[in-house]
Amino acid sequence: MKTKPSKSSFQSNSISHVSNAIFNAVFIIYCIVCLAPLLLVFMVSITSESSLVTNGYSFFPSEISFSTYKYLFMDSEKLFRAYGITIGACIIGTFFSVLLTMMYAYPISRKSFKYRNFFSFFMFFTMLFQGGLVPWYILYTKYLHLQNNPAVLVIPALLNAFNVLIMKTFFNTNLPDSILESARIDGASEFRIFYTIVVPLSTPAIATVGLFAMLAYWNDWYLCLLFINDAKYYNIQFSMYQALRSVEFLTSSHAVSIGSTSSELAKLPAETLRMAMAILGIGPIIFAYPFFQKYFIKGLTIGAVKG
Amino acid sequence: MFTNVDTTLKPKLTKRPGGFLKELVTNRAMFLMLLPPFILVVINYYLPMFGIIIAFKEFNYQDGFLHSPWSGIKNFEFLFKSDAAWRITRNTIGYNLIFIVLNLFFAVTIALILNELKNKVAAKLYQSVIFLPYFLSWVVVAYLVLAILSPEGLYNKSIAPLLNLTAVDWYTQPQYWPFILPFVNLWKNIGYGIVIYLAGITGIDQEYYEAAVLDGASKLQQIRSITIPFLVPLMIVTTIMALGNIFRSDFGLFYQVPMQQGLLQDTTDVLDTYIYNALIYSGDLGMSSAAGFYQSIVGFFLVLFANWSVGKISAENKIF
Repeated sequence: MKTKPSKSSFQSNSISHVSNAIFNAVFIIYCIVCLAPLLLVFMVSITSESSLVTNGYSFFPSEISFSTYKYLFMDSEKLFRAYGITIGACIIGTFFSVLLTMMYAYPISRKSFKYRNFFSFFMFFTMLFQGGLVPWYILYTKYLHLQNNPAVLVIPALLNAFNVLIMKTFFNTNLPDSILESARIDGASEFRIFYTIVVPLSTPAIATVGLFAMLAYWNDWYLCLLFINDAKYYNIQFSMYQALRSVEFLTSSHAVSIGSTSSELAKLPAETLRMAMAILGIGPIIFAYPFFQKYFIKGLTIGAVKG
Repeated sequence: MFTNVDTTLKPKLTKRPGGFLKELVTNRAMFLMLLPPFILVVINYYLPMFGIIIAFKEFNYQDGFLHSPWSGIKNFEFLFKSDAAWRITRNTIGYNLIFIVLNLFFAVTIALILNELKNKVAAKLYQSVIFLPYFLSWVVVAYLVLAILSPEGLYNKSIAPLLNLTAVDWYTQPQYWPFILPFVNLWKNIGYGIVIYLAGITGIDQEYYEAAVLDGASKLQQIRSITIPFLVPLMIVTTIMALGNIFRSDFGLFYQVPMQQGLLQDTTDVLDTYIYNALIYSGDLGMSSAAGFYQSIVGFFLVLFANWSVGKISAENKIF
């Protein structure tokens, strides 16, 4: 942020009140366009099925019912499992993603490391050229035997050139060699320097890369789609995808075992159930959004614009 | 895309015999630190690069990458004789061009206006709301689109009756999707572009504006002759890099949002969805690896060309 110009000198230098009002109106409409679909899905999820049949999807349901949520929580094993898989992948993935990104970025940011240019290019080249889906898929399934192994939800997304470059840029500009040199003279080993000096000084970059990684793991359905067939390792996004394709995914055998009869299954609120599932998948990110978005913006600008 | 990657990335491999070994000893901590992530990069990125040779093979799972028999360019003959080749090339490039133009125009315009709003708190709030869809997964976006476009959705049950329009079965009518997909893409990704351009605008020295005010320049004149010219390099770099990626598409958008409806294939099938479907559904490794090779190689040269063009315009923004 640049220093703000004093109000008085800029009084004349701003848009007129009329255009200000028009722009505000346009932005309010646009914000509604951004939020309305989310609200719609929420409203549908609390609409009673009978009202949905007669009126279709609407922001103003004629009859409100929370039966779908009751149903989802009654048969919640799948749902909690999927949350567990996603949260687990998020925690493990974010931790190792940050660690490995730093371990790659730190040496290539040091002038004392002679081969830094080679290793920088080695990472960076992956942005220019990729082998593509087919050999990558065969590698993970046939050679690494990671199909249906939950580790595959973490490993492929651990390290990418974009994050390494953000971290490297940060180290280059914020970790002067002089600080590290004095520690070295005091006899500290490189690893000691790494975790007593480099890590504490890099919290902004760690937060940024950590956020990128966490978001990627939270929103991942692609790795599940490719590599997981076993329903017990489905993550939350992939469960939502399955529910979107067929609502039977949610109406599991478990429901039968806890006493629902087939006639009860038949009148299960299919559409509202789907939308309730979507809300449970969206919910956490909406609640976390206000807290992380400013760090995210900061991080994007580290990597995006010349400072 | 980021643009400030420094130019020191060029590999300068001055190898002297013994030099490497000596370096290995003196900088052993650095090498030890690099080793785990380096192995991961080799596995996850470099092995598949060599794996693209399977496009020239008749691959089978028993013989694997190395021992499957060669088949010359047979896979490519099949691919380019099918109607799919033209369809996926046209859709991939066509959609990307539309996305580039729309995203550039709206991101810059919205960033410019947001920057001028009198109430800075409101401006921050608008920016946050517009950025929100960027954080939703494509699965969630597919739900949102379905809630609006499904036969029982908002359009058919609420909007169409209200405005006396006829109901439309969106998921069976391919002609609407060249409009729906760019809109959805814009809706989801515009916030990212706005952040980039707003950062560019904040970086402009206020003195230029102060001088312009003294000269009696109006707000519009200031935007036209100060703000936009300062943003032009950023716009050019972003656009060229996007052009370099024109052969790659966002799999989530094209796979999730049209919900894999076969009837929509003509206007929603792109290279990435085609490769995925050929690999997973038809199990046609020949076709999918040929299409993958086509995408990797053409994509690679496009990126190189894009970077070269950036270098011609502003050398400091070259990516490598």
